[in-house]
Amino acid sequence: MAILTYREAVARGIAQEMERDDSVVLIGEDVAGAGGVFKTSAGLLERFGPERVIDTPIAEQAILGAAMGAAMTGLRPIAEIMFSDFFAVCWDLVVNEMAKTRYMTNGQVTIPLVVKSGNGGSLRFGAQHSQSIENWAMAVPGIKVVAPSTPEDVVGLMAAAVRSDDPVLFFEHKGLYSSKGEVPDGPIVDELGTARVRRPGKDATVVALGLMVSRALAAAEQLAERGIDCEVIDLRSLVPLDAATVLESLGRTGRLFTVEENPRMLGWGSELVAIAGDDGFWDLDGPIVRITTPHIPLASADSLEDLMIPSVDRIRDEIEQALKP
Amino acid sequence: MNLPLSNHAYGEHALVLPPDDPTSHDDADISMETRLRMYRMLQEMRQFEKRAYDLFMQQLVKGTTHLSLGMEAVAAGFGAAMDTDDYTFATYRGHAHTLARGVPMEGVLAELLGRANGLLGGKGGSMHLTSVEHKVMGSYAIIGAHLTIANGAAWSAQYRRSGQVAVCFFGDGTTNIGAFHEALNYAAVFKLPVVFVCENNQYMEYTAIGDITAVRRPAADRAPAYGLEPIVVDGNDADAVHLVAAEALAHARSGKGPVMVEALTYRHGGHSRADPGKYKPPGELEAWLAYDPIKVYRGRLERLGVAAADIDAINAEVAAAVDEATEAAKNGPLPDPRAAFTDVWADGGHQWRS
Repeated sequence: MAILTYREAVARGIAQEMERDDSVVLIGEDVAGAGGVFKTSAGLLERFGPERVIDTPIAEQAILGAAMGAAMTGLRPIAEIMFSDFFAVCWDLVVNEMAKTRYMTNGQVTIPLVVKSGNGGSLRFGAQHSQSIENWAMAVPGIKVVAPSTPEDVVGLMAAAVRSDDPVLFFEHKGLYSSKGEVPDGPIVDELGTARVRRPGKDATVVALGLMVSRALAAAEQLAERGIDCEVIDLRSLVPLDAATVLESLGRTGRLFTVEENPRMLGWGSELVAIAGDDGFWDLDGPIVRITTPHIPLASADSLEDLMIPSVDRIRDEIEQALKP
Repeated sequence: MNLPLSNHAYGEHALVLPPDDPTSHDDADISMETRLRMYRMLQEMRQFEKRAYDLFMQQLVKGTTHLSLGMEAVAAGFGAAMDTDDYTFATYRGHAHTLARGVPMEGVLAELLGRANGLLGGKGGSMHLTSVEHKVMGSYAIIGAHLTIANGAAWSAQYRRSGQVAVCFFGDGTTNIGAFHEALNYAAVFKLPVVFVCENNQYMEYTAIGDITAVRRPAADRAPAYGLEPIVVDGNDADAVHLVAAEALAHARSGKGPVMVEALTYRHGGHSRADPGKYKPPGELEAWLAYDPIKVYRGRLERLGVAAADIDAINAEVAAAVDEATEAAKNGPLPDPRAAFTDVWADGGHQWRS
C-alpha cells in the first residue's frame, strides 16, 4: 500500500500499462521532457524512452489524428489534451472520426485509444481553462467517458481505459491532482461503467462525479450530525452509465440528488433525472434536486468561482432544505 | 480590400488549361504489364462511376455522390505503385481510390445502394468507403482530419518497423483548413512514412481554388514551409503520376519522411450531385475533355503498338464486370433493421447504460 497523489496515480496507471504492453505509447504537448504541465507523466520518458513517450507540437488535431490512425493500425495510444477546454479545437476528430468510424465501417475498424485530459475548475484559471466538458462527450454515441475521483481509481480506470477496444475520454480533475489517497501495491485493473457507493445511507441518494465526490461526502458527514443519513455514489463513468447502482440506491432511499460541476443545462444529472423518471418514478418520495454550477462561464476571481461551483456548504444546505418535512 | 468576386463575375475567373502534349510520357520506363493494369483501372473507375451516376438518376443511389470523372489517373497511378500492405486514406470522393486497391465493385456499388451486401453493410455510404482487408483505411468526409489520421497509421508503421507507407488523397480545398497545416508539420517533424496527394481539380466545392487561395499551387507552394519539396505532376497522365508515386513511396519507405505531391487535374462534373458546375468558364471543360486521362492513355497504348481490338476487349470486360456488379447490388437485400444497433462499440453492441 502506498500513499500517492492523484497526479502520481495517473503516471503510475500509464506506467503499469506501458510495462505490460509495448503497443501502449503516450503523446501530447510537454508530456515527455517536462513530464506533463500537471506532472501526470513525470518519469515516463526516463523509464520508457523517447520512442514511446513523445512531445508533440501544439496541434490538437494532429495529436488526436495521430492517436486514431495509430490505434486503427495496431497501437494502443494514450494522447493528452492538456486542458479539456482544448477539445474544442479538435472536436471533429473526437465526435466525427473516433466516435463513428467503427459504426460507419460496419465494425471493420477498431480504435483502442485513450485521450486523457485535465478537466474542471477550482484553480482560478478563468472561463477557458476551467470547464467541465464531460457532458459534451457523453452526448456523442461511440465515445466512452470516465472521470475518476481517487488515486486508486485513477490507476485502475486508466488500465481499464487502455485495455478497452473503444475510444475512451479520461477526464482527470485538475482540482484533485494534489489530493492524496491509498493505492494498493501491484497491478490494478478496474472496470469501465461501474459506479461506487462511497458512503452508505438510508435517507437520500447523492450522486457526484470528480471533484464533487469529496464535497458531497463532506456535506454528508455534516448532514449526519443533523440526523440526515445520505448515501453518496461516485458515478466514475458516464459512458457506460451505471444507472443500475443509482436506481438500486434510489429504491432504498426514495430521494435523489445530483451534484454536478458542469453548467446546469444538459449536465449528466439531467440524463440521470430522466432515467429516474423512466425507471425509478415509483421509488421517488419527493422532488429530485440537481445541485450544479449555474449556466454561466466560470469567472477567474476566487470569490466568484467559489460561489458558482457547488461547495460543501451549498450541497449540505440544498439537501437539508429539500428533505425538510 | 480584395474580395473574391470584386474583380470578376462568378464563373469568369481565368481559364486553367491542361498540358497540350499527350506524348510526353510515351518513353517512360514503365512495363507494358503495369500500363495495361493502369488502363484497366482507369476503365473500371470510369465505367463504375458512370454507372453510379445512372443509378443515382434512377433513384437507386440515395443521398449524394461525389464523382471523380476526369481525375482517375491519380488513383490509378498511385494504386499501381503501392505495395499490398500500404495504407490508403481517401475522401468522400473516394470511389476511384477504393477500386484502385482491388476492392470488388459489387461491394462498393451495393454500399451506394444501401444494401446489406455493401462494403459497409449500408452503414457508411458513398462517402465512407473502407476495406481494411485491402488496407483502404477509410474515406473521410470532413476535410482535413484524415491527413492527421494518415499520420497516425504512418507513425504506427514506423513504430512497428513494418515498412508500410500511408498514402493520403485529398482535394485542393483541403489545403486551406487548419488540420492540413497541423498534419504537414507533424509528419515532417517525426519523419513519418506518409505521402500526401493533393488532387488539384481547380475547384473547391463551387468556387475556383485560385480565387480563395493565397498561392498559385495550393499544396506544392505550401510544402516548402514544412521543409518538403514542391512536387507538381500532370494528374491526367497515369504514367506521370505513376513515376512520381513510385519515387514518393520509395522516399517515404526509406525513412526520409513525408512527401507532398500536387496532381493537376480536372473534375468533369460538379462537386456533388447537387452541383451542375455552372461556374466553369466557357472552353475550360472542353479543353480538359480533350485531355481526358483515358483518351491520353489509350492514345499512348496505341502508339506503343497495342492493338485497338485488345484495348476494346479490356473495355468490354470491364463493362461486363460493371453490369455484373450492378445486378448483384440491385439484388442485394436491404440491411437487417437490427444492423442499425450493431458496432457502436467493440463488443458489437450499442448499450450505454445499465
